[in-house]
Amino acid sequence: MNVPTSLSYTGDHEWLSVDGEIATVGISAFAAEALGDIVYLELPEVGAALTAGEVCGEIESTKSVSELYTPVTGEVLQVNDALSADPGLVNADPYGEGWLFRARFRETVELLDAEAYAARIEAS
Amino acid sequence: MLTPLHEIHVALGAVMTDFAGWAMPLRYGSESAEHRAVRTAAGIFDLSHMGEIEVVGPEAGRALDHALVSDISAIPVSRAKYTMICREDGGILDDLIVYRLADERYLVVANAANTGVVLDALRARVAGFRAEVRDRCADWALVAVQGPRAAAILADLTDAGLDDVRYYAIRAATVAGTEVLLARTGYTGEDGFEVFATPADAARIWEACLAVGSERGLVPAGLSCRDTLRLEAGMPLYGHELSADITPYEAGLGRVVKLDKAEDFIGRAALADRATAPVRRRLVGLVPDGRRSPRAGYAVLDPATGDHVGEVTSGAPSPTLGHPVAMAYVDAALAAPGTAVSVDVRGTREPARVTDLPFYRRGR
Repeated sequence: MNVPTSLSYTGDHEWLSVDGEIATVGISAFAAEALGDIVYLELPEVGAALTAGEVCGEIESTKSVSELYTPVTGEVLQVNDALSADPGLVNADPYGEGWLFRARFRETVELLDAEAYAARIEAS
Repeated sequence: MLTPLHEIHVALGAVMTDFAGWAMPLRYGSESAEHRAVRTAAGIFDLSHMGEIEVVGPEAGRALDHALVSDISAIPVSRAKYTMICREDGGILDDLIVYRLADERYLVVANAANTGVVLDALRARVAGFRAEVRDRCADWALVAVQGPRAAAILADLTDAGLDDVRYYAIRAATVAGTEVLLARTGYTGEDGFEVFATPADAARIWEACLAVGSERGLVPAGLSCRDTLRLEAGMPLYGHELSADITPYEAGLGRVVKLDKAEDFIGRAALADRATAPVRRRLVGLVPDGRRSPRAGYAVLDPATGDHVGEVTSGAPSPTLGHPVAMAYVDAALAAPGTAVSVDVRGTREPARVTDLPFYRRGR
């Protein structure tokens, strides 16, 4: 399973890419594969306040709906508008074009490095 | 339990799921791509979990007339019928396809989850007739090839003239050099075939179909797309649209009940009452205005009052239509096509409109 070492991960299968006080958030390839074809995402709005560990959206696939947890506390700066036209980008490129949102953050949930996250999904 | 094709599914990298005690392929890759392949080319399904039951004997037809709600003895040899087995109170125990293989030999195909219930009920109901119920589940594997190119693919592999195997017909045939029962039935809303083979022959048939079919777009297809295909086609699924609390009339399938057949049958009195009573709730289609899909179990509400007026039985984003679709039981007063309703989607009221079923009908 593809787990880029440049990213941080959460136990809820989100990834974070941190640049100063800005975090880009997506879901891992493992999560995207487990969900199946993603057909609709409900993402937080720009300007929304996020609280780390709380539900901030939904990911709907053909078979199921999953809650999206924000790994950061902060404010949403940008959401990936391309996903409303093509939610399948999350399946096709979960670490690239399938990113979900960017936030200015103050704190995060407990993060895992790639090795620890890979071990966790290996065990699941 | 494992089907005779289990190793093939694993080798193909299928995501497996438990279905009524069977390890079944949910999807091999993208379930949307599998769905579209069946609509535009063809898909091959392992349905070996389905329950095959034979009823044989001089009074097999009469016995099934008594046990089931349709006029089974009127099915011509080599033809099939969609029917139901009901309780005394009219509640549906299972929906079935009954194939008449010979004058005194019928093949009843039950849903995997209900095979035991159907076997028990048939054995009890057939007692007293000169007929015998045989559990053939372990003797038949079932492979379905479904889609607009299914006939062209099978034509390369069979001695049967497929023009003579009409919709809801069955015949003995050779497929890929093996003896099978070849039926033109399915559960996808497309043309297609179901191939009953011995477990030992199942893998050979599967591989042969893919060998000649791949270049025509045939792909392995799992239960996930089977569910969205049947949903688009407005076909009920036991445990969702059908249950022991539902009669065929509420499900919009009263046409399968033959109240005036010669043989008395289990459920007749109750069903005769239901046939003339006003239906309180009806099975309808729902199309939401938005993109969040109603799902099984979600409440349907009257948008004016917020009153609970029904329940979603199946719902999913439709790969063919590009928006969510759902089936629901709603109060008869709100069941007319075009009626505005709300669906409680995880705490938010989402507007939706009642529509006729099916959502999708194949071109001819």
